[in-house]
Amino acid sequence: MSWLLPLTVALPFTGAALGVALDHWLPEWVKQFPALVFSVATTVCAVLALAHSGSAPVHWFGGWQPKHGIAIGIAFVGEPLGAGMAALAGVLATAALLFSWHYMEEAPRLYRVLMLVFLGGMCGFALSGDLFNMFVFFEVMGVAAYALAGYHIEQLGPLQGALNFAITNSIGAYMILFGTALVYGETGALNLAQIGKTLAGHPPDALLVVAFTLILVGFLVKAAVVPFHLWLADAHAVAPAPVCVLYSGAMVELGLLGIARVYWTAFEAPFAMHAPDVRNVLLVVGIATALLGAVMAFLQRHLKRLLAYSTISHAGVMLAGVALLDHASLAGVANLVLSHGLLKGALFLAAGVLLREFHSIDELRLHGRGRELPLLGVLFGLAAFGLVGFPYVGTFLGHALIDDGGIELGHSWLPPLLMVASAVSAAAILRAGARIFLGWGPKHDPLLAPEPEEKPPEGRGSGPLMVVTVAALVTAGLVASVVPGLQDGTEHAAAHFMDRQAYVSHVLEGKPVDVLPDVPAVVHRATDASIAYGLGAAALTVLVTLFGLSGRRIPNVFEPPINVLKAAHSGIVGDYVMWLTVGTAVLGGVWILTLTRG
Amino acid sequence: MNRRARIAVFAVAAAGLAALLVASVVDLPAFGHYQGAYGNQLNREAVAERHTTNVVTATVFDYRGFDTLGEEFILFAAVVGVTLLLRRHKDSEDHQEVLRKADDDRVRSDAIRIVGLLAMPALFLLGLWLVAFGLVTPGGGFQGGVLLAGSLFVVFLAAGFRPYAHLTPAHWADSAEGSGAAAFTLLGLGPLLAGAAYLHNFLGSGVRGTLESGGSMTLLNWATAVEVTAAMVLLFSEFLESYVLPSVRPLQ
Amino acid sequence: MSYLPYIVAAWLFVVGLYGIVTSRNLIHLAVCLTVTQSSTYVLLLAIGYKHRATAPIFYGVPVGSRAVDPVVQALTLTDVVVSVTVVALILALTVDIHRDAKTVDPDEIEAFRG
Repeated sequence: MSWLLPLTVALPFTGAALGVALDHWLPEWVKQFPALVFSVATTVCAVLALAHSGSAPVHWFGGWQPKHGIAIGIAFVGEPLGAGMAALAGVLATAALLFSWHYMEEAPRLYRVLMLVFLGGMCGFALSGDLFNMFVFFEVMGVAAYALAGYHIEQLGPLQGALNFAITNSIGAYMILFGTALVYGETGALNLAQIGKTLAGHPPDALLVVAFTLILVGFLVKAAVVPFHLWLADAHAVAPAPVCVLYSGAMVELGLLGIARVYWTAFEAPFAMHAPDVRNVLLVVGIATALLGAVMAFLQRHLKRLLAYSTISHAGVMLAGVALLDHASLAGVANLVLSHGLLKGALFLAAGVLLREFHSIDELRLHGRGRELPLLGVLFGLAAFGLVGFPYVGTFLGHALIDDGGIELGHSWLPPLLMVASAVSAAAILRAGARIFLGWGPKHDPLLAPEPEEKPPEGRGSGPLMVVTVAALVTAGLVASVVPGLQDGTEHAAAHFMDRQAYVSHVLEGKPVDVLPDVPAVVHRATDASIAYGLGAAALTVLVTLFGLSGRRIPNVFEPPINVLKAAHSGIVGDYVMWLTVGTAVLGGVWILTLTRG
Repeated sequence: MNRRARIAVFAVAAAGLAALLVASVVDLPAFGHYQGAYGNQLNREAVAERHTTNVVTATVFDYRGFDTLGEEFILFAAVVGVTLLLRRHKDSEDHQEVLRKADDDRVRSDAIRIVGLLAMPALFLLGLWLVAFGLVTPGGGFQGGVLLAGSLFVVFLAAGFRPYAHLTPAHWADSAEGSGAAAFTLLGLGPLLAGAAYLHNFLGSGVRGTLESGGSMTLLNWATAVEVTAAMVLLFSEFLESYVLPSVRPLQ
Repeated sequence: MSYLPYIVAAWLFVVGLYGIVTSRNLIHLAVCLTVTQSSTYVLLLAIGYKHRATAPIFYGVPVGSRAVDPVVQALTLTDVVVSVTVVALILALTVDIHRDAKTVDPDEIEAFRG
């Protein structure tokens, strides 16, 4: 079944290329169909690949199987977490294209062409088993994404957002490339399994630590982790809503998948003795991101920017889950990625509908106007509620597994912090929803910074298709915590993901993977601790939402740090690159001192 | 953050980063002592396996051909992106409109025109040669494609915008670019449908050192050349139109 | 001096970043980005180099003679194409920004705050 894997890339790419080749000869009424057809076909392949991912089929491109124990070709590995990400990317892309049917009605065919290339890039990155190939697909995703961010060329915001996006993410990509070159120099290999095999038993030298830092920073930029996150809010604020669905739902999460994959296949062996140092540093970074993202979300009145900071906050939670280096937490991250992607996607599409109907995306200017769209309001509220982590709803399973992993490792301080972060970010969304759809709260709020207005894309009416798409994503996202067998399935998949020796012998020697036993289709009762945290998050969310709506000023002691935070997010690319360099130097410095010790 | 503070903080961080990078590169094998298994194996075996004497091209189009597919689509996406970003009207601008509005910038010096227009076919032939013999001697689809596009740019330099625009109509460039990219993916898809791996070489390896070597690599090579030429032409044309059509207002 | 090419690569990487952070012109910034990327070319090609070896092209040269690594050359080729594309996009954005904001100074573009 490994032939499904290349199709997830070849299909969208072929669709995109034919879209341009035939652009001038296809009649106007054929505008939307081809892209949608290719997107659906890709999604079907990805879902089928996921269904068959238990045996982790390996596809060697060009038929170049490893010779004399050396991998000379490029491999795609269809293991469950990668195939799952490809499937999620396909679902979100299809939803975005469906939504765009009416929303971006007047969009040139080239918009849909770029969406297909974006999809192909994401699928390729998720499935690749070769370090340089990951870089190539990282750039495919990147270039398509930069162009899509700058779509509304007639306003300055999108152009600057796209520019900041392009420059910071390209620097991240070049860091990955520098790190890849270093690894190649040391191991002579580009295939992840081969690198892992060569580095087993290798002591951690400065080269490996720096290469690890550089590659990780590249992925952390994509994952919008502090202090590499500054580009994301700009890009989300200005890109069209359907594009933001893909950014927040899949692209950011792929950065985290990249980190996990590179660590568990290549770097786990040399760093094994110092795993706690890797874990602790990434945990601190993850928690800082989760909290900072939540606070910044609360300070926004531009709805898409608010949602973008909420994504950053969730990315921090996901990084913390990956950082725990434990299979339950990794499974939790997979579940969180799934539910968050669906729900956040729905929220962005809802924001798009608001922009289309009322020509504004500003929470205060939209005050009360959402009362004309009650169905949308209900969906918005449900999606926001799903992000809170209330027991058995939406993101609960993801949070619960991450919390459980943390507690088992003795980090009992982790769940409360993550609870606060998710509560505050969810509260920001609920506050905005209440203000817009219920008319609660004052019309002026000095806490929130004003933003430039955004023009909606041209198009005639809004069709019911747009709301139906939102409803479908919300429903799927809400039930993600109670899908029978999902918890066991993701836990098994995560355990396999972390097993480097099995991966190496499977990819290089064809040794079959222990096929996952038939996963019982049950929903487990969550641990008491996670239920408590879920309820706590819900309660805290309600409190913070009400505080936000009350219009009370925050205590003066908080003002200076908040002003510092706001100043740092200046929109100037020179600042962003400076923070990127600082972050890299600090990460690298800490790890050089800790990982090469002893 | 004000500029001076930013530069000061950056300087410290950059010094740290530089130290880290230097610390890492001294762990590499000394310069000139490459010992990697991957490269050495390809050098030993590529000629025998595919009868291509240019092992780099064999790597680009066969052993690591899938990377080249990704790279083609990076180029493709960037060109589509640039077209999207520099567009001026709702529908793709009619080519005749562009020609009509362009200022008359005919090159007046006969010497430049004659030398340029003599150089153009020579460069074009050189480009074709680079592509065709890319499997045998240094060259390939990318290198030759850039030169082919360059030879078309020489027409702009030597004769002015209108001759160049007549030579490179946007519709054809778009179609060529899309066709080149589509051809690459479809050439890979063929073997997949026949049960082999994606991008598996077919057509037999031919005779070493001749044009008839490398099997389907030759086709991939030409598809790439077509795509790269068209992409470079499109990029150049898009930027050039911003330059020669200053009176056109941006999209409102 | 057997590490000089690698050190040059490290230097290029950092100096390109310096150029980006201090840039007053987006076109200059795009070129500085290519300087940063060129450090990866230097690093890759230097890693693959062998003393007294020839190019990995065996036309008229017997197979089995000492040749440098073809893989890094293929990677660098891919790398160069990536660079072209990213710079093209950034320059296109610059053209549009100049049209809208009448400036190409990255510190002066003021679409965002906080």
